[in-house]
Amino acid sequence: MAIAQAPNPSPVSWLQRWRQPLEAVALPVAALLSALILFGIFCAFSGANPFAVYGSIYKAAFGNWSAWQNTLIRASPLMLTALCTALPARLGLVIIGNEGALVMGGLAAVVAGLQLGTGLPAPLTQILMAIAALCGGGLWIMLAGALRHYRGVNETISSLLLNYIAIALMNHLVEGPMRDAEFVTKPSSAELDPGLWIGNLPGSRIHFGLIYGLIACLIAYVLIQRTTFGFAARTAGGNIRAARIAGLPVGKLTLAVCFLGGSCAGLAGMVEIAAVQKRLNASLVSNYGYAGILVAFVSRHNPLATVLVAILLGGILASGGILQRSHNLPDATVLVFQGIVFLCVLFSDSLYGRLPWFQEKAVS
Amino acid sequence: MATEALGWWGVPLGIIAGTLRGSAPFLFVSLGECLTEKSGKINLGLEGTLLMGAMSAYGVSFLTQDMVGSFWAPWLGVLVAGLSGMGLGAIHGWLSQQRRVNDVAVGIAMIIFGSGLAFFLGKPFIQPQASQLFTFNWGAWSSIPAVQSALKVSPLFLIGVAIAPLMQWFFRSTRWGLYVRAVGDSPDAALAMGISIFKVRFLSIMAGSFLAGIGGACLSLYFPGVWTERISSGQGLMAVALVIFARWNPIQCLWASLLFGGAQSIGPAFQSVGIDSYYYLFNAAPYILTLVIMVITCSPKRTLIGAPGALGKSD
Amino acid sequence: MAYPRQPRFSRRQVVRGLMATTAFGVVTKFGTACSPGTDAGSAPGDSSAGGGEDLMVGFIYVGPKDDFGYNQAHAEGAAAMAANVAGIKIVEEASVPETTAVAETMRSMIEIDGAKVLFPTSFGYFDPYILELATEFPDVQFFHAGGLYQEGVHPDNVGSYFGYIDEAQYVAGVVAGATSKSGKLGFVAAKPIPQVLRNINAFTLGAKSVNPDITTQVIFTGEWAEPVKEAEATNSMADQGIDVVTCHVDSPKVVMETAEKRGIFSSGYHANQAPLAPEGYLTGAEWDWSSIYTRLGEEFLAGKTLMAGDIPHILRGGLADNFCKLSDYGPAVSEEAKAAADAAKDQLIKGELIIYPGGLKDNNGNVVVPEGEGYKQDNIELEKMDYLIEGVQGSIEG
Repeated sequence: MAIAQAPNPSPVSWLQRWRQPLEAVALPVAALLSALILFGIFCAFSGANPFAVYGSIYKAAFGNWSAWQNTLIRASPLMLTALCTALPARLGLVIIGNEGALVMGGLAAVVAGLQLGTGLPAPLTQILMAIAALCGGGLWIMLAGALRHYRGVNETISSLLLNYIAIALMNHLVEGPMRDAEFVTKPSSAELDPGLWIGNLPGSRIHFGLIYGLIACLIAYVLIQRTTFGFAARTAGGNIRAARIAGLPVGKLTLAVCFLGGSCAGLAGMVEIAAVQKRLNASLVSNYGYAGILVAFVSRHNPLATVLVAILLGGILASGGILQRSHNLPDATVLVFQGIVFLCVLFSDSLYGRLPWFQEKAVS
Repeated sequence: MATEALGWWGVPLGIIAGTLRGSAPFLFVSLGECLTEKSGKINLGLEGTLLMGAMSAYGVSFLTQDMVGSFWAPWLGVLVAGLSGMGLGAIHGWLSQQRRVNDVAVGIAMIIFGSGLAFFLGKPFIQPQASQLFTFNWGAWSSIPAVQSALKVSPLFLIGVAIAPLMQWFFRSTRWGLYVRAVGDSPDAALAMGISIFKVRFLSIMAGSFLAGIGGACLSLYFPGVWTERISSGQGLMAVALVIFARWNPIQCLWASLLFGGAQSIGPAFQSVGIDSYYYLFNAAPYILTLVIMVITCSPKRTLIGAPGALGKSD
Repeated sequence: MAYPRQPRFSRRQVVRGLMATTAFGVVTKFGTACSPGTDAGSAPGDSSAGGGEDLMVGFIYVGPKDDFGYNQAHAEGAAAMAANVAGIKIVEEASVPETTAVAETMRSMIEIDGAKVLFPTSFGYFDPYILELATEFPDVQFFHAGGLYQEGVHPDNVGSYFGYIDEAQYVAGVVAGATSKSGKLGFVAAKPIPQVLRNINAFTLGAKSVNPDITTQVIFTGEWAEPVKEAEATNSMADQGIDVVTCHVDSPKVVMETAEKRGIFSSGYHANQAPLAPEGYLTGAEWDWSSIYTRLGEEFLAGKTLMAGDIPHILRGGLADNFCKLSDYGPAVSEEAKAAADAAKDQLIKGELIIYPGGLKDNNGNVVVPEGEGYKQDNIELEKMDYLIEGVQGSIEG
């Protein structure tokens, strides 16, 4: 390269340089558009005007500040539960125990909150509750990680089973030992002291859980992309044997990553209790965990993308009501919509690097 | 009318009866998942397939019973359930084999899509009654109604029982079975043999989903014999665990399905004789049991016997 | 088993018919143009049929609104309100979980659809969601099914309505007790909450009124809708010689069909399930929301509100007030049973019969109703019930 080439000022090369980054944006957007078209066809078959449906979805999910709040409220637990899958995925583990970790986190937080009561200053108790939730969820998923590492048990299946066990345990406790007989509408634990509730962001109805979610995603991103720990995890995830030869402590990494993932879902459980339910009961199990798995995969386990995908799913969920109310479509329509969107986005991933237009042309 | 109480004898009888009744869907779904996983892919979406199968079986049986009579209508339903399962399986089979696409993720998306579609299309069929499959009354010799009822065996269950050894034979002794195992165990070797990995997996997943769809038909046309949106209560997801429990062996899938089917009736059977605490924990018994057995039988030193080598690895 | 089938309208057709009727009603109303208390500002945006004049009423269901059970009973009541009361438009949302989702749904119904009255129908919606929203929107009325309204504690614009369906269960218990040969009844229940326990106890008390030795076996499935467990529970009851079953789950269909298959009697819940069990269906405790919702709808249009105190905050009633009713007796019900049941029903309607007598004991031998008068239906203690009475086999400890 001895001869310095004059920089080529033509706009073509500018486009060239941006083609590849553009791909990362264009593909998901194209996937969303095609999902909308498919869903529109589906709606047309069921007798609704697709364009009116699009308008309603937009209005209900992102149309104004109130709609945005609706979307963000639904998105915030998903950011946390998604990390439960996204973090272990960096180590090559497929964890689907998000729901169980969320329940265990909520359970631990309630136990801590009720035990401590108002004896300590409220902020301190809240921190202790959060620690309990982090440990509850974290240890639960760490169990799956430990079984994987020490006993070779498939972590996908064991974490799936742990979901059912956690839910059964919670149901047992709220109907038996922890039940508050005064609360008549459903079997529940006693109520947390109002001082321990998590409030709303000023000027909105979004609770602080959203901030927790954003911070957790940011920390996860930094941890994975910018620290030696993250580097070690990614290396081990790429090739376990090579990691062992390189002297990486694979066992410790597995346990640590699983703990971190589970603790995020556990925190989601605590937020859901302290900000929304105020007491422990079966309403804690409302599919945030399973939705979180999907969010993690669709965002390709990138914690920053997780935020965007969670907001997207929050928007879809927020628009579910308007489909029923304004278009006379049944309640299952929003499930079909979700399914189509996620299948399209998953497919769009496979097109990376395949569409010639996005590839840099070889410099002749 | 049942006038005699069986007392404690009711518990084992109830569990046996529950096993015969409740294991058929597990059997079909787990055999379907077994075939799928043998080819090296996981299909978590069988939960959606099961619901779609249950809905379409019930719907078709209801819609056709006036045309083809109440004997053939449910069988038509079973067939359509299988076909609708195959349709969902085709989506999964094609999508999960694309580059950079994880089969677990597709599975969960398929749960949402499949159940959404089943709920959407199934609305008109919740209330009406559809013709049910006939049953073999093997308990006619007994004078005890509980025994008579326990031994009402569905032909679908028997078909499932027959498919298990058949699938075993298929894997062991047929050329196509070898293809499936080769694709699942070492795709490279399969490629060297000139087998199309894509086609074999695609067909395995479709066939597996066909079986899972029939599993759904067992739910809606035999036991409990209704179509509601909560009919499956996680049985499709459990099938994935069940296959690992059974070590990817079709015969063991049969035993495991019997165990899981029987476990469903433990809680109610115990409550009916007065053991009425801890029912949530009783109901969670199959999950705890599976986990314990997995912990005992797995080992970090080697992979599980029978585990397809390519399972859970991205290509 | 083949059941006789008669041609019937699909739900969709019926609903469409009702919608058409409503639209017709609206048009007629326009023609005569005689609505004095026009509520400005209601129903902006998407209202297709009428314009700003109708009163928008929102209904929220926890499950699918065609579940042939709890939610469908409410949805049919809602459709009847819209059909019977000209000037009311309804907006519905189904499968709304008891999380922030229901708060958001209520808010959108108020802000986007302009709903002035809301009927969130699931027990679990009450605390905290309805209470929070009611504080924020003091001019919107919230009617909750089954909640425990407390004067002075809860906002003014919250009301709670529910039927004393245990009266119907009591009468069904009389029929069951008179029909059972084994003296053992079965009750498939979802969760041990007061509403459910009250039905179990009333059913048993009704049965005991004709046969004091009778027992009721309870099986809790743990979920509001779990068909496989419900069918298993019914089967294991039949194995235990139980010959009449009833239930309190969201969709009783599977219990009725399984009982019929096992050749035992059944007693329905939520809606009339007689076609599902033509031989064994005795009777059933049904909701009659149509009459209640229609009545409330008329009161809304007359300008009555909870806030003004024109509509009572706690709206309860039993057989006498048409909150609930009984299915027609099935073919297996004997004349004596019918006579006993009709007598009990008469007494309940006249208010002469107290279901929960003084000195009533629970199944651990503790006295749960103090000696003396007994608890009348409107006694608030009954809404906190946490026991199973003597004669019920089962326990509410999870």
